[in-house]
Amino acid sequence: MSDLAIQSRRDWLLSERPASRMQARLGRAYVAWRRFSANRLAFLGLLIILALLVVAALAGVLAPYSPTFGDLKGSRLLVPSAEHWFGTDDLGRDILSRIIFGSRWTLYVVILVAIIAAPIGLLVGTVAGYAGGWTDAILMRITDIFLAFPKLILALAFVAALGPGIENAVLAIAITSWPPYARIARAETLTVRNSDYIKAVQLMGASPFRIVLRHIMPLCISSLIIRVTLDMAGIILTAAGLGFLGLGAQPPLPEWGAMIASGRRFVLDQWWVAGAPGAAILIVSLGFNLLGDGLRDALDPRSGDQ
Amino acid sequence: MTLALSVDRLEVVFDRFRALKGVSLEVQSGESFGLVGESGSGKSTLLRAIAGLAPAASGTITVNGKRLGTRRDKAFYREVQMVFQDPYGSLHPRQTVDRLLQEPLAIHGFADGEKRIQRALDEVGLGSGFRFRYSHQLSGGQRQRVAIARALILEPSILLLDEPTSALDASVQAEVLNLLEEIRRRRKLTFLMVSHDLAIITHMCERLMVMQNGEAVEDLTADDLVQRQVTKDYTRNLLRASEGFVRT
Repeated sequence: MSDLAIQSRRDWLLSERPASRMQARLGRAYVAWRRFSANRLAFLGLLIILALLVVAALAGVLAPYSPTFGDLKGSRLLVPSAEHWFGTDDLGRDILSRIIFGSRWTLYVVILVAIIAAPIGLLVGTVAGYAGGWTDAILMRITDIFLAFPKLILALAFVAALGPGIENAVLAIAITSWPPYARIARAETLTVRNSDYIKAVQLMGASPFRIVLRHIMPLCISSLIIRVTLDMAGIILTAAGLGFLGLGAQPPLPEWGAMIASGRRFVLDQWWVAGAPGAAILIVSLGFNLLGDGLRDALDPRSGDQ
Repeated sequence: MTLALSVDRLEVVFDRFRALKGVSLEVQSGESFGLVGESGSGKSTLLRAIAGLAPAASGTITVNGKRLGTRRDKAFYREVQMVFQDPYGSLHPRQTVDRLLQEPLAIHGFADGEKRIQRALDEVGLGSGFRFRYSHQLSGGQRQRVAIARALILEPSILLLDEPTSALDASVQAEVLNLLEEIRRRRKLTFLMVSHDLAIITHMCERLMVMQNGEAVEDLTADDLVQRQVTKDYTRNLLRASEGFVRT
């Protein structure tokens, strides 16, 4: 009975003759999902990211101890045990709890950077690609200037000017990471701007603004999502790097990079203090990379019959 | 009869290459006019220049008595629409048929969109079953029908056809041509049709112009062409070529 219901639902989704806007859209999403979930590694990446989201959302419930207050007297630098799974740090704080709360900051950085950088890149790239001429030249030279700066150095200069702190680190990373998105969006735009279907929209009397927003941007978005997902690992590492240098999150925030920095002093004797957040960064970065690869296979318009 | 479209000494230049060298033509309202010539003769460029997709270097274009400037206004697009050659390239790959047809209505602010889309699909012989398909779920002939529906939905009086059937196979070609012919009769449209296929032109058009190297070679009626009353060698060669291989 239930098998039959599932079968008919699948037929409805894959129907060649969708009866409504909704059905057409869902069917399309279902095809992409099938292609994505057929890829085991990508699915693993998705699970890692989902786990990160759950942990961040339920940090208050999951963490066994406070992330910022430790027992200085009795539990400094304890070896991992049943009581403290990942051990404790030099101020007697439970490292597992700090990592769980740190996931919130990691997500905060990643999401904010993506929200700031991706739309800027998309807008600059599509406008430059579609307008051409002087607009293109000016916008792309600005992009080139930003590209010419080493990412971490520009971020360092920014943080030095604005003062250390996680918000400024986010801003600095966002400002240095939009140029590649603009490049991608522009390249994508150039391939479609002279196609007949864009000409057809021009022939309907659509304004350039409308063409860019409603006809060109949707074609650029999937390659941009892929690129942003693949970049997220880099964003996490840059944020951790800034934290490590003391320019990102400030103590006592449980940010993973800053945790590694504070564990550096006794990395040989008490390896778990730096090792645990290091492993967390590694796993989450890997998750984003695997997810990005899977999305590339599922969303790429040049592959398959999409 | 009134003039629907007139082109006077039109020149189009792409990077010093003169694609059109002072071409003139006049199309009466309700008439079907053909443009023939080999590849690169400038017939498609002429069509695109009229539509505003190719830049006119000099010369004038007049549509329904109104002279066109370099920028086309919205009213122009409600008078003149175009069907492209390649049905695989002229439909947006990420939009459903519904979305494609809605776009012109949204741009021009039509209120009764639902009804118009329904009517346009019926008119080109596609039922509502096709309405929410993506273009990759359609065959070549169905795609071209959608493209025709899109061009007709603004109810233009002049339709520019750029080899509308050359990408389709023979049986589908006939269907699409009959559809176009029927629509023209019902809506009293003016056609300006480009083709390299003389048989199609003689079937569809009353008058035609032969083009070579961006210049008009001669003006003919379809009957002239059928009875071989041509004056220029170039047209004679075209006619001979259209008969296919001859064993000697």
